[in-house]
Amino acid sequence: MSKIRVLVGTRKGAFILTSDGSRKNWDVSGPHFAGWEIYHAKGSPLDPNRIYVSQSSGWFGQIIQRSDDGGKTWNTPGSKPEELAGAGGMPQGESNKFTYEGEIGTHKWYDGSQHPWEFKRVWHLEPSFTDPDTVYAGVEDAAMFKTTDGGKTWKELSGLRKAKGQLWQPGAGGMAVHTIILDQKNPKRMFIAISAAGAFRTEDGGATWKPINKGLKSQFELPDPDAEVGHCVHRIAMHPSRPDVLFMQKHWDVMRSDNAGDMWTEVSGNLPSDFGFPIDVHAHEPNTIYVVPIKSDSEHFPPDGKLRVYRSRNGGNEWEAMTKGLPQKDCYVNVLRDAMSVDQLDPCGVYFGTTGGQVYCSADGGDSWNPIVRDLPAVLSVEAQVLP
Amino acid sequence: MIRIVLPFHLRNLARTGTEVQVEVAAPVTLGAALTALEAQYPVLRGTIREHGTNKRRSLVRFFACKEDLSNEPTDTALPEAVVNGKEPLMIVGAMAGG
Repeated sequence: MSKIRVLVGTRKGAFILTSDGSRKNWDVSGPHFAGWEIYHAKGSPLDPNRIYVSQSSGWFGQIIQRSDDGGKTWNTPGSKPEELAGAGGMPQGESNKFTYEGEIGTHKWYDGSQHPWEFKRVWHLEPSFTDPDTVYAGVEDAAMFKTTDGGKTWKELSGLRKAKGQLWQPGAGGMAVHTIILDQKNPKRMFIAISAAGAFRTEDGGATWKPINKGLKSQFELPDPDAEVGHCVHRIAMHPSRPDVLFMQKHWDVMRSDNAGDMWTEVSGNLPSDFGFPIDVHAHEPNTIYVVPIKSDSEHFPPDGKLRVYRSRNGGNEWEAMTKGLPQKDCYVNVLRDAMSVDQLDPCGVYFGTTGGQVYCSADGGDSWNPIVRDLPAVLSVEAQVLP
Repeated sequence: MIRIVLPFHLRNLARTGTEVQVEVAAPVTLGAALTALEAQYPVLRGTIREHGTNKRRSLVRFFACKEDLSNEPTDTALPEAVVNGKEPLMIVGAMAGG
């Protein structure tokens, strides 16, 4: 029987939840890296035993951790004695070195002035579909990095910041690359999203990037209706079988593009609120999508105190509330942008974590939900993966 | 050998105890002590000082002999009691407040 592993990043450590394919009984391992913020953890699609973790702290900065045995043991990449023998006798120890390429440059600051880029942390790690040693990292201040040696060293894909980077401006949550989508059919193509700059696409493996924000409307945050960058995109999702169809949860508005982001149209439809953070696509139904409506940008909790996942089976506009097993009164948690995931089993499993420390699982495509855990630290990220 | 006391999270990261001993060639300055510590425990590179600039991370403090050395130049000589191992150099995570 298949086994499922759910990697959970929280404000105070990482947790590994495992179950068989029934997804009823779960083992909980952790906290790993206790006391550190774990923005994201993700396993390689080629080698699920290979897990990459972004571990960070306001005090001690960024650490990258790697496991080669499915999370039993961890090491910072490149920390074997023979790997540390650097030139001049100084050990390398560079798995946490994220240095912007060339002239650092500036972006727009809160007061409208220009401000130099400053690395703060890795928000998202996206392992390659073709090589377990290749991983992309989305970081704050917004930039893309890539490793091809299993995380030992990282190099910026600096072309991204040339896509009008001087006009990007942080929102309240900072300015970070939080979404990275790799096109399995075209390894040269990637989509990324930045708060609060927008969505971007590369067709050449990350050398050059194009803003893909036409059709987005952000009248309360961005007065210019034709602004090419500056939109607060919260999350993008794509089904691997249809790489030209993208779904977006923006600050406000749920959007869809049928041409790889060249133009977006709103599909918020009958949602009780079109503000929210995560969005995801069913593993076997490319037109079935999930969001978790949040009341507003001023009140980051579910409308009416009811935690509801909304599902659309036709790619948006028509939404149904999934409530079975979810709290329907006095619930005031949030669900952050990287805290939803789906598995590849049939029926498809859907997972999300909350700022209240619950991780919910639906083993039937969203029809019903059960909490796997109820009392973790605030959940930052959730990644489900079927293990062989 | 000088003694360096590490904060909880860094000693876990370095997989060591509260206090480590580090060989530092003369002159024993704050910067030389940190460089020697990072050479012995490369996993600490970037966690105390920023990569590239070697600037102290803003929420890390350096104390020794009841003095706060955090804002001293890195070529500042460490107190004799630290150099001869009677007192440790303490690396401390700043108070979080709140």
